[in-house]
Amino acid sequence: MTIIKKLWIGIGILALLSPLGLIIPALLGAGGAWGEWEIDMIEKIVGFVPEGMKRLADSGKAPLQGYAVPGQSKGLVNESFVYILSAIIGIALAAAIMFLLAKLLVRRKKGH
Amino acid sequence: MHIPDGYLGPLTYGVMYAATVPFWAIASWKMNRTLKAKQAPYLAIGAAFSFVIMMFNIPIFGGTTGHATGATLISILIGPWAATIAVSVALIIQALLFGDGGITAIGANCFNMAIAGVFVGYGVYRLVSMGSTVGSRRRLVAGGVAAYVSLNISALLTAIQLGIQPLIERSSSGEPLYAPFPLSVAIPAMAIEHLFLFGFVEAVITALVIRYFQKNEPEMLG
Repeated sequence: MTIIKKLWIGIGILALLSPLGLIIPALLGAGGAWGEWEIDMIEKIVGFVPEGMKRLADSGKAPLQGYAVPGQSKGLVNESFVYILSAIIGIALAAAIMFLLAKLLVRRKKGH
Repeated sequence: MHIPDGYLGPLTYGVMYAATVPFWAIASWKMNRTLKAKQAPYLAIGAAFSFVIMMFNIPIFGGTTGHATGATLISILIGPWAATIAVSVALIIQALLFGDGGITAIGANCFNMAIAGVFVGYGVYRLVSMGSTVGSRRRLVAGGVAAYVSLNISALLTAIQLGIQPLIERSSSGEPLYAPFPLSVAIPAMAIEHLFLFGFVEAVITALVIRYFQKNEPEMLG
């Protein structure tokens, strides 16, 4: 087996294990990362929402906001399933874009 | 440490974009000069690895979470310039597709993790491993130490960018317009959790993977 194949197997295993990144924090009742709170959480912490933050904070409009599908059913099992899907999508996109960038850059050599 | 939209004011996020773009440009130029076509698959895996490793949120006392970035490990395997691009690609996808990290904050997040994290990690690794052989224990320790320092530098930069907001982005009545936590809060909060937990996680992951390559595919580290 080539190195690349082994590495991809490793990445695949990581993708399948990714729900641990949801489950373990949930088990310990942890919230999000420090300084990454949503507006309503900020209001709870400091008592108000800073003006600029109100203006700039996105209203959750990313296509797969929070590694979840809009309208997905609640529950750790569902979230985990979508989390793995998100991992696969992100991995595939990251690899594809990086691969393309690499190919583009190699081709741009002078006299090539 | 993916800073969301709304935490950094335009002064900061503008400067961070300005700081990041030259690195991307130089990285592209460097890759153009040194890259061989057969390396493309490894670069792709680097970006993929960075993306997926950041999905492993780790809880810490106080109820927050953190994650590793893989910046140091990737820089060791594909070089710092390619690693800058690889981690940036992962971060940009996270911001645009998953809302993990703000769009205005892409410059800052990329600077903190994909540039500072990568170059500090790579620099410390090269320093500590200087003169050692590929399979040596020193390489392993170098990777771990480098990863630890690298992640903490990323965290510190993040904390500084957040913590100066109440100072530099204020309303006429002195109210913070963006991130409301001063340096005296932001720095200890970020530093403690990265010094005492997440830095070690990054170090262990890095060391484990280096160990794997040392035993199985040492040419990847050569």
